[in-house]
Amino acid sequence: MKRYLQVLWAVLWKDLRIELRTKDVFTSMAVFAVLALMIFNFAFELRVPDKSVVIPGVLWVAIIFSGVLGLGRAFISEKDRGSMAGLLLAPVDRSAIYFGKMLASLLFIFVMEAILLPLMVIFFNLNFLSWPLLLLLFLGTVGFATVGTVFSGLAVNTRTREVLLPVLLFPVMLPVLMAGIRATIGFMEGDTLADMMKWINLLIFFDILYLVVSYLTFDFVVEE
Amino acid sequence: MAKPLIEVQALRKAFGRHRVLKGLDLNIQAGESVVLFGPNGAGKTTFLRILATLSKPTSGTVRISGVDINDNPEGIRQYLGLVTHAPLLYGDLSAQENLRFYGRLYGIANAEKRIHELLERVGLLHRRKDLVRTFSRGMVQRMAIARALLHNPPILLLDEPDTGLDPQAAEMMTDFLREIGGSQRTVLMTTHHLERGLALADRVLILQGGRIRFDEQADALSYETLRPTYDRYVGTGVAL
Repeated sequence: MKRYLQVLWAVLWKDLRIELRTKDVFTSMAVFAVLALMIFNFAFELRVPDKSVVIPGVLWVAIIFSGVLGLGRAFISEKDRGSMAGLLLAPVDRSAIYFGKMLASLLFIFVMEAILLPLMVIFFNLNFLSWPLLLLLFLGTVGFATVGTVFSGLAVNTRTREVLLPVLLFPVMLPVLMAGIRATIGFMEGDTLADMMKWINLLIFFDILYLVVSYLTFDFVVEE
Repeated sequence: MAKPLIEVQALRKAFGRHRVLKGLDLNIQAGESVVLFGPNGAGKTTFLRILATLSKPTSGTVRISGVDINDNPEGIRQYLGLVTHAPLLYGDLSAQENLRFYGRLYGIANAEKRIHELLERVGLLHRRKDLVRTFSRGMVQRMAIARALLHNPPILLLDEPDTGLDPQAAEMMTDFLREIGGSQRTVLMTTHHLERGLALADRVLILQGGRIRFDEQADALSYETLRPTYDRYVGTGVAL
């Protein structure tokens, strides 16, 4: 177990170190998220009297679309550098590599969300930030990064990898996206935490399901 | 004769309908330096990738130290070092950081000491804090060898490690490989460079059409005697 965690940490450390130097993934995700937000803001500002109706959709769509850019780089960058084989040669269960990559992607998306949320408050002039919303975002993002990382590993060996990732990912993400948006709408309409529990439970269920399936399949996904 | 360290039996690999390896049989003894020649598309890289557990065979068996590589791939990887024409390094990490990262992947005790020792051995100690993307091709390839040797593997697989190197850098690498090969380590190298390959080999193989067509001890061969055979299987105008 110690070796497993050591490899997981090594992959995470390496991805964070490279990202801190290059800022490739984070810059593209953050710029895309801000642009999406601006476009949504201009598109809906004058037409929707109740902004709380559009905010959940805008929030989740901006996160998912910009997050795909980051998830796509998780393995494509390894393939482009020719370093993928180096990772796969590690004498340890390959799921440790998966979890290292997944945690790195998760951190990048969390940082992007930390920038996106205050900007949404400014753009939509509505303070909707609260702990229940952050909990929803956390659970939704975990599910997104979990399944997105494994699909990134799958898409990397295909010719149409940039297109294939969202095509594979979005249908599988629908339950998480639906639960996240429905719960956010409920929250903005004044639902209590108890009212939102069915959506939160659904998010937790899919997070666990994705995590288990990803853990079991990753070795086959990256196999030649 | 001792039990072979690497045993390959009836190894086949196909990518869809394209059959790359067509029943390859081979035994390699511990400590042997084997050089594998072959034309492009002969299956040299595929064979090395299977040995390195990066690719699964369609059929056939590969045993290393008597263990089927499909039964314990994680354990087998600890015995292997792989150098390819891609260095498997990160340009945005320094030389030291790259080796530190691989040291963690392999769970090396006293990694810092080993890193220092290897960087000194490949002549890059003075550049240890520099990003690998600032290195020349020859330096990157020396780093790739240091990476592959970090966990001191008994088997070293080299897939055209001299590709893209200028003659001087390639010569330096040949000397270095001769030095690290020694009698303890088993080396399997693919190359298109006949003279360089012969200089390193105890045994010469030619792979063509997915099968081993030629298998001789290197001490019975010279460049002049091997060249016609090489030309027949690999084709003229390829070997240097």
